[in-house]
Amino acid sequence: MPNPEVMSWLRTRFFPHIWCPGCGHGIIMHSLLRALVSLEKKRSETVIASGIGCSSRMAGYIDACTMHTTHGRSLAFATGIKLSNPSLTVVDVMGDGDCTAIGGNHFIHACRRNIDITAIVMNNNIYGMTGGQASPTTPRGALATTAPYGAIEPNFDICKLAEGAGASYVARATIANPKQVEMFIKKGIQKKGFSVVEIVSSCHTQYGRRNKRRTPIDNINYFKENSIALEKSKTMALEELEGKIITGEFVNKEIPEYTDQYLDLIAKVRGKGEGQ
Amino acid sequence: MPDVAFWQGNEALAYGSIAAGCRFFGGYPITPSSEIAEIMAEELPKLNGRFIQMEDEIGGIASVIGASITGMKSLTATSGPGFSLKQENLGLAYIAEVPMVLVDVMRGGPSTGSPTKGGQQDVMQARWGTHGDHATICYAPSSAQECYEVAIRAFNNAERFRQPVLILSDEVIAHMREKVLVPEKGSFEIVNRKRPTEVPEKFVPYRPDPKDDLPCMASFGDGYTWHVTGLTHNDWGFPTNNPEEIERNVCRLVSKVERFRDDIVQYETEYTDDAEVIVLAYGSVARSARRAVRDARKRDLKAGFFRPITLWPFPDKEIEKLARRVRTIIVPEMNCGQMILEVERATKGKAKIVQQSLVNGELFKPKDILKVIEEVA
Repeated sequence: MPNPEVMSWLRTRFFPHIWCPGCGHGIIMHSLLRALVSLEKKRSETVIASGIGCSSRMAGYIDACTMHTTHGRSLAFATGIKLSNPSLTVVDVMGDGDCTAIGGNHFIHACRRNIDITAIVMNNNIYGMTGGQASPTTPRGALATTAPYGAIEPNFDICKLAEGAGASYVARATIANPKQVEMFIKKGIQKKGFSVVEIVSSCHTQYGRRNKRRTPIDNINYFKENSIALEKSKTMALEELEGKIITGEFVNKEIPEYTDQYLDLIAKVRGKGEGQ
Repeated sequence: MPDVAFWQGNEALAYGSIAAGCRFFGGYPITPSSEIAEIMAEELPKLNGRFIQMEDEIGGIASVIGASITGMKSLTATSGPGFSLKQENLGLAYIAEVPMVLVDVMRGGPSTGSPTKGGQQDVMQARWGTHGDHATICYAPSSAQECYEVAIRAFNNAERFRQPVLILSDEVIAHMREKVLVPEKGSFEIVNRKRPTEVPEKFVPYRPDPKDDLPCMASFGDGYTWHVTGLTHNDWGFPTNNPEEIERNVCRLVSKVERFRDDIVQYETEYTDDAEVIVLAYGSVARSARRAVRDARKRDLKAGFFRPITLWPFPDKEIEKLARRVRTIIVPEMNCGQMILEVERATKGKAKIVQQSLVNGELFKPKDILKVIEEVA
């Protein structure tokens, strides 16, 4: 049972939630709430934005300023929110399809702009809500309802994508390590800039049952057995890393943040106006 | 004393929006609307406002909806292809009841069409472009002066009715430079959205006030926690599968505007009292139509002029009344016949409706409309 402080962030009136028993997303929501509580964030000054999909329903269950938007577009909504009121803490919760397929353009530009938003990408390698279709992170060879003979497309590495596009904080953890999930989310929120925390999650209902991970525990065990810490991965050969989940912090750097720069611009323009 | 400016329609829309209190612009470059974004990029920082050029048209409207939820009056501007791209998020603003203003500077043709030419081919898209039922409030200004004025009214109605308000300008109006009398600050009404007065614990974000069917709107960051969603929702803003709640949600999106239709509808008439033939036109075409009617009067033809300023709510009652006593209504449009469908619906066969279409990218010449008046008179 979560502690009372965590419980105070939940809209229990909206329960039961839509997630299947054993879904990885609950672990992520609990980790996110522990991170927000430990950072002493206020619910009325915290925005949780989301798009469409199982993961995106998380926004509704959290008693904060929450916005459940259109498929793939949540970062663009969150950008408008953060730019107009930079004092708000803005977290964007997304799924792999939401973030990297339909929302790919907003994702890379949010990274490039380095706006102070924390993107939590719940990567379960599948479109769960719509019935198990292949996503841009479905591994090659895995089965999905729209890849009945196995996926033939290469999959995105979300962290590499975020790093290449310019995010100032990028990390990956799996739901098998909730403490690490919480820590990375916390550091992502603390980072002044765009943070991407990819959390490898599970959908035993739509992905697992077609890909030999039928039960929730099969997935947790799979993540435990196949996770490699970033430091250790550096000592391993590429062939050894094939199919492994590398976890850790990939990027943690100080670069100018977008809303800071915009407020500087306002100060400069207004200062100049008065001088004239 | 009002100031006198010499503005293009696009400039007047931008400055009118600022006068209305707009402090956020999110958009994407597109001809023939880009001047609006350029002016906002320059002016908004001076007013502690915000401008952002987003990665695409979809992001443009998304950022505007996000900004409005924090309490900023927000604008986006686009043209045909961008208007198509914005439709999905426009629907979110309708169902989530987020005030915002969208300017569509119409150009010609489907797809890329004729980007630098005039057109009125987005009219029905403005009404039905996004999926699902909703009420539409849409202005079609016909001069730079009116661009300034409808920008203010559009923001006022967006705030009052908690929904997107559209301004359908066109390439001709957008780039026509004319005298604008800029009213003094404080000489016109400014409407701001109704804010909740109850304590946050008691706030029910989508519970409408029975007086006007409209719920109060809190802003993210002002002490309230609430949920915004594109799903059909109950008064708590939470998704519902309850048939009664779904019905109530969707119906109110339509009725909240229809109830106050008479407050919103605007139109202009000239020589209609004894007219036998009416020319009904909007936007840039209305400029040619008015001239044609005046020329017809000089030739002792009993012509009259009717110009809807709001395309929606459509002035159907007023047009129906007119149709009872005139013989013919001519509807010149820079499309293959869109607004004429509304005119036919409104007049219910009481007058003969004559279609005049032009889709070559050029504006109607008054003499072309005059010729049709002479033919039917």
